[in-house]
Amino acid sequence: MDLLRFTTAGSVDDGKSTLIGRLLHDTKSIFEDQLEAVEDASNRRGEGYVNLALLTDGLRAEREQNITIDVAYRYFATPRRKFIIADTPGHVQYTRNMVTGASTAELAIVLIDARNGVLTQSKRHGFIASLLGITHVLVAINKMDLVDWSQEVFDRITEDYAEFAQKLGVEDLTFIPISALKGDNVVDESENMPWYHGSTLLHHLDHVNVGSHRNLVDFRFPVQYVIRPDQDYRGYAGRVASGTIRSGEEIMVLPSGQRTSIKSVDTFDGPVEEALTGDSVALTTADELDISRGDMIVRPLNLPVVATEIDAMLCWMSDEPMKGGTQYWFRQTTREAKAFISRVVYKIDVDTLHREDVEAFGFNDIGRVQIQTAAPIFFDRYEMNRETGSFILIDPHTNNTVAVGMIRGTVRSAEKLAEQLHEATTVERKASPDVVWEGWNVPLKVREEKNGHAAAVVWFTGLSGSGKSSIARELEQMLFAEGCQTMLLDGDQVRHGLNGDLGFSPDARKENIRRVGEVANLFYLQGNIVICTFVSPFQMDRERARALFPEGRFIEVFVDTPLEECERRDSKGLYAKARKGEIEQMTGISSPYEVPENPEIRVETVGREVTEVADEIRLAIHEVVRRGGAAHP
Amino acid sequence: MTLPARSHLRQLESESIFLMREVAAQFERPVLLFSGGKDSILMVHLAQKAFAPAKIPFSLVHVDTGHNFPETLEFRDRLVQQVGATLHVGSVQASIDSGKQKEEEGLNPSRNRLQILTLLETLDELKADAALGGGRRDEEKARAKERFFSHRDRFGQWDPKNQRPELWNIFNGRKVMGEHFRVFPLSNWTEMDVWQYIAAEEVDIPSLYFSHRRKVVERDGVLLAESEFNQLEDDEAWTEKTVRFRTIGDASCTGATESTASTLDEIIAEVSATRVTERGGRHDDKQSEAAMEDRKKQGYF
Repeated sequence: MDLLRFTTAGSVDDGKSTLIGRLLHDTKSIFEDQLEAVEDASNRRGEGYVNLALLTDGLRAEREQNITIDVAYRYFATPRRKFIIADTPGHVQYTRNMVTGASTAELAIVLIDARNGVLTQSKRHGFIASLLGITHVLVAINKMDLVDWSQEVFDRITEDYAEFAQKLGVEDLTFIPISALKGDNVVDESENMPWYHGSTLLHHLDHVNVGSHRNLVDFRFPVQYVIRPDQDYRGYAGRVASGTIRSGEEIMVLPSGQRTSIKSVDTFDGPVEEALTGDSVALTTADELDISRGDMIVRPLNLPVVATEIDAMLCWMSDEPMKGGTQYWFRQTTREAKAFISRVVYKIDVDTLHREDVEAFGFNDIGRVQIQTAAPIFFDRYEMNRETGSFILIDPHTNNTVAVGMIRGTVRSAEKLAEQLHEATTVERKASPDVVWEGWNVPLKVREEKNGHAAAVVWFTGLSGSGKSSIARELEQMLFAEGCQTMLLDGDQVRHGLNGDLGFSPDARKENIRRVGEVANLFYLQGNIVICTFVSPFQMDRERARALFPEGRFIEVFVDTPLEECERRDSKGLYAKARKGEIEQMTGISSPYEVPENPEIRVETVGREVTEVADEIRLAIHEVVRRGGAAHP
Repeated sequence: MTLPARSHLRQLESESIFLMREVAAQFERPVLLFSGGKDSILMVHLAQKAFAPAKIPFSLVHVDTGHNFPETLEFRDRLVQQVGATLHVGSVQASIDSGKQKEEEGLNPSRNRLQILTLLETLDELKADAALGGGRRDEEKARAKERFFSHRDRFGQWDPKNQRPELWNIFNGRKVMGEHFRVFPLSNWTEMDVWQYIAAEEVDIPSLYFSHRRKVVERDGVLLAESEFNQLEDDEAWTEKTVRFRTIGDASCTGATESTASTLDEIIAEVSATRVTERGGRHDDKQSEAAMEDRKKQGYF
């Protein structure tokens, strides 16, 4: 038997309580004494019918006001599955409650009243479900008994909603015509709608293939608690947020970047071979490392994004509106850091799905923000990984959870790009005293026209030994043969002379990339296709380089070669030295590599020829450099 | 019997362990409330799993109403010794003797309400900042609305209208001095899950749960067991029946059910066929529609 968590959404009169009551009743999950109590209460209130809502509205204030205040959880089971329903009220607190219910759900039931068709509310529910990453949406078109079991009505609503849902990117959309009140197509097949040949609602819930949203690939283990009964045992307790881990596997600990391997995967019942997504275990390591709560254990070849500037969708949950400049506690997995909201990008009107410009969010507002954290956060995009992509904000004064969010990535929106460019040219791009900018003698556009192609920067990033330089050299040869103006900038070259004064500390790496970016810019302005090959391990540094160029002209190429393969090649002998401890900050060994989130081009190299890969890149950039020449302002 | 990796019971187990570890990590002085019933026995079992090979990092707290079945107390002491935990007992009788509390009047006084003060005093004495409890959301409608991490103010009160949003697996246990949390790692378990898990993991439970012969009297549809705390009314008499208990609370208010289920498999079969909730036999819940909610607001567990 497995477990399915789903959420139900629907407005007050769509029959949500009736549907839940029907599901519980027909699966024999309501007990006689509960039903009796509800009947009693209904009679005392003189309602004249058994108000199944009383079954779910458990609080005094809810019954007094006849409204549902808060999310409640209901349970029922079939021989195949156990179900947890997050029963979310559709009232005033809708956004907050729907988001809460949807956060742990794998499927959402959106209820539509057949008489009314697709209303704003139905869309709103679909939007929130998709925002929270629910890939399965079951649209239950209810009250079919009141539209004479009409197939036409069903078809029209289905069409309307499907059209809307297309915009949301819902993967699995199912429509079922039901009557919750009469029980048609809920648990038992309806005799009133012979034209419908699909599953009943319960049959669908029972058989839908869930778990697809779970990330079973990227191993992420946020450390919860250190178990230390004596000097001999040190177990890192936690739940596998995603992926799997086996004893003997190589791991890296964030933020320190230390590496070791897994000695054992322990449970109360003894060690196990491997732990899967969702398992609570304790890991022991081959070497004694300093690991504590808030650290994350990952595989060295598969790192999450490490950043302090986060782009996220945020839902404001508190009555107290967002305050500018306030520091909040940012909590994500088991990690906590001080943070502030650096920018409100836009608010979404959940009814129209329009974006609005606002200064701050109030209760139930939802939209996009940028957040700056005081310590680096390790995350994946929410879309890829719910566990590592979600967070909450806590008000340090009241200790209340004021907002919840879903991470989209590091800050790199179009607006931010412009902002970075602005910052890069005004703040970070230092100028020597007493110099005046004169402007370029021959404008880029003229140079490009002469060259017959656009200028661009092709930025290779990847681990040492991944094959960047070999591919870049081949690519330059190809382009040159085509008659393109090219320039190749390589890590080893610039560290002779231009950057010979820099080491490999994070600051020095940052300065290295900064200077390279500026040099690349000069060659770019001369009309070249500038090919740069640098490990450039930090996303932020690559972003800064990117910000120097107009959109579309900076092409990031991620040479994705597994660390083991790079280490095997070890063309420069750097890994061997690093392993001996002769090189202190070696990317991939003792210093992190931030995998590009959205590179324009990503290539794999294992088992492939250099020319083959280079040609793939040549073809990919061809369009940009040919078309760009004419379009450039 | 071992549970398959992806089974719902494994998932529930893993979730509960995760919550217990969060409590150990986020709080200074957490305690585990232990009533002697199957849910709290399960809690101890899960806590052992969460922290092995170390001992459970919580002390156990039992609020002894003085109306316990002797089987429960024997079981409690044996279990505490077995897991090597520290046990603190808060005594309702002691609070009555000291004059802080007054016994309920009438026939078969219930000490259910009196537990609240004793519990709060015990937590205060231990300076506990988190109390783990075995409450489940399927038990009662007010419980269905409660969070895993349930915030309590300086007076131990629950405010259902002011609960912290709880999303994904992120639990906010931040609080100021004097406040505390009640944490319910079994929230998503149902009675059936508990029984299936106890059977699969071969967890030891008190004999009261299995059918046995016992003297009882039927009152308001509830079978009350003979004990020093239960008085007969004039027209009543004890009769011997084959019964078992679905839930174990005070002898003065916990009802027995007629049953021949003497093994866990038989109990599971019985529970799956029954049409009455386990709390249907609890006299204290029948007092009003919002009895549980009202008690919780005052600090009830």
